Amino acid sequence: MSVTNIIIVGVGGQGVLLTSKIIAESALDLGFDVKQSEVHGMAQRGGSVISHVRFGDKVYSPIVSEGEADLIIGFEPLETARYIHFLKQKGTVIYNNYRISSITVSIGAEQYPEDIDEIISKNANKVYAFDATKLAIDAGDKRALNIVLIGASLKFLPLDKNIVLKNIEKNVSKKVLDINKRAFEMGLNIFNVRK
Amino acid sequence: MKVILSGNEAIARGFYEAGGKVAAAYPGTPSTEVLETLSTLYKDKGVYSEWSVNEKVALEVAIGGSLAGVRSMACMKHVGVNVAADPLLTVAYTGVNAGLVLMVADDPGMFSSQNEQDTRHYARFAKIPCIEPSSSQEAKDFLKLAFEISENFDTPVIFRTTTRISHCKGVVILEEAKNIDGKGLQKDVQKYVMLPVNAQKRHVIVEERLKKLREFAETTTLNVWEKGSDKIGIIANGVSYQYAKEAFPDASILKLGMTWPLPEKMIKDFAKSVKKLVIVEELDPFIEDTVKALGVKVHIGKNKLPLCGEYSKIIVYEAVTGKKIKRKEPITGLTKRPPTFCPGCSHRGLYTVLSKLKPFVSGDIGCYTLGALPPYSSMHSCICMGASISGAHGISKGLSAQNIKDKPVAIIGDSTFIHSGITGLINMVYNNGDAIVVIMNNDTTGMTGGQEHPGTGITAMGVETVKLNIEKLCQLIGAKRVIEIDTYNLKELERIFKEEMEKEGPSVLISNQPCVLRYRVSKEPLKVDKEKCTACKMCLKVGCIALTFVEKAGAKYTEIDPLLCNGCTVCQQMCKFDAIVGGGK
Repeated sequence: MSVTNIIIVGVGGQGVLLTSKIIAESALDLGFDVKQSEVHGMAQRGGSVISHVRFGDKVYSPIVSEGEADLIIGFEPLETARYIHFLKQKGTVIYNNYRISSITVSIGAEQYPEDIDEIISKNANKVYAFDATKLAIDAGDKRALNIVLIGASLKFLPLDKNIVLKNIEKNVSKKVLDINKRAFEMGLNIFNVRK
Repeated sequence: MKVILSGNEAIARGFYEAGGKVAAAYPGTPSTEVLETLSTLYKDKGVYSEWSVNEKVALEVAIGGSLAGVRSMACMKHVGVNVAADPLLTVAYTGVNAGLVLMVADDPGMFSSQNEQDTRHYARFAKIPCIEPSSSQEAKDFLKLAFEISENFDTPVIFRTTTRISHCKGVVILEEAKNIDGKGLQKDVQKYVMLPVNAQKRHVIVEERLKKLREFAETTTLNVWEKGSDKIGIIANGVSYQYAKEAFPDASILKLGMTWPLPEKMIKDFAKSVKKLVIVEELDPFIEDTVKALGVKVHIGKNKLPLCGEYSKIIVYEAVTGKKIKRKEPITGLTKRPPTFCPGCSHRGLYTVLSKLKPFVSGDIGCYTLGALPPYSSMHSCICMGASISGAHGISKGLSAQNIKDKPVAIIGDSTFIHSGITGLINMVYNNGDAIVVIMNNDTTGMTGGQEHPGTGITAMGVETVKLNIEKLCQLIGAKRVIEIDTYNLKELERIFKEEMEKEGPSVLISNQPCVLRYRVSKEPLKVDKEKCTACKMCLKVGCIALTFVEKAGAKYTEIDPLLCNGCTVCQQMCKFDAIVGGGK
């Protein structure tokens, strides 16, 4: 009985929850049992956000345990590092290396860790970093960041590209669909996903 | 049809499928989405839903709906039940006409709450059933059963979730809505008018009802005995069941979907059938205390499992086996990322001025509670909804008894003011209080994601209605000085505060700036002129995430992220060197 465990992390407002929704719905379409858990309520004010997605034959716990995640999708480096202990020994991390300041940095109380990329590399075996924010802007809107990351993450997930695309179409507004399709394609291209 | 729904969405669906007709709620994480879903997806399907002004009112509205003969529900977060406790404890006596459910979401781990109270105590206190789903599918199905129980036993029912049930999404199979005829209004003075003479008789009925419910608990499908190995037997409720099942897939499990009253015989039989009895329940030892009172030996319960915070598979596994699972610890010392005011938020200017003037601030529940955090640290008490004004009044009386002159400031939002701040203001004016009351009216219930309330002039179902005029209301209450403030004008705001500090009696200051998040307010981003910036860091005092202090190649200056800046000009007003440009400057 195998369950795929995914942790999606980022900063409030980056689109972590929509990404979780699209992955969860795509897993359901493939006939998997799915659970997804997030905590919202204060997330929109630039705080740290974590979402858990689990799918397989039968899923009980709605949250991924520490050391159990097959994949971490990071929307921001500092947040990726914050939750990296969720990764299992042979798990994979893909993350957007575009940094977002924290309020504690803005008020001068703390520094953003300069060596954040090294910290992540030291704590995981398989790490892939790229500037997904830049790709999203190239696709037409920085908010398409979440769709770029979905595209890239498919390399590491037992999901079907076309089913995911269908769920993207279902969940984003028509006005920005073209941008998001471009963003998805850019994400897929990072690891040459063809399935 | 199979869909993915959060527990809250599933509860809304369950209400619709159960033929529910009247739903009332006050927003509160993690319960808010139940009414949000009803008021959007089911408003054209015969479901009436409303944001009531507070939880007490919401429950009373639902009681009215039940009396009128239709299935009704009130929804709230755990602390809301404290507000609604007055009607709850007595509607338990009157019983219902059509089904009545009180849906309550608890928050183990306090992701967005001021305490971690366990709602199950209210079920025992009120002597009414408590039903707890452990997944989205059960959230929908059990709610329908809750209405049947309510009608079959003539009792209100508490439907309790936790954050992980309300906000976790899972697969749900949808069914058609039940078509049930309304029962019409019931007039029964002895049943519904709780004069002592009637209440004395009803109390006897309540006790008899509880006995019957206890028998029902033995046979209901809500409680399931999953036979497994006899080495350990686990009694679990809600999401704890999921953690226990995953940690010990082979164990015998008694899964309780009805946690009050408990199936005593079933519990005794279950305990006898296993060598080691474990009880897994988040928060208080509610099941455990009852099990122990039955004389049943509990091997592992709160002696090993925590009373505080939420559980997980690992917590359950380690407590039961006594073994530590090898795993990585979180990286320590990482830069923190606490929540903060959105760029452009109207609260920022207020706290920038208050952190300079340093009065005692009696706070309230809302986004503006974040004023207690650095860099402002300008809120000094916050207890519950509405406590800011009454608290400030008490402080002024306490100070005056010591001949200390230090006028306190109360800060409250529009939705919270309407919820339970109005009575506090009446009290302050009536009792000749001496405090400054700031009402941060941003035309929405902000912290829960932007819901309507009487001050917005729109109902939950999107109908235009009478818009409450907060300013006129305060004048009517008798507040002599009601002044509109602009929190985006720091100098003027500081002048008003200083002036009001010197006056005697209550001052009410009202800010009427819209929530920038809800109403998507956005102005041109500002820029820093690096040549003029002296690196004095005054602008950083406003606490805005769009600002970063840069030290690069010997140069020091503030930078503004154009993707985040909202152009509110509060940081610009802090700059003595005109180094921040834009916004007409």
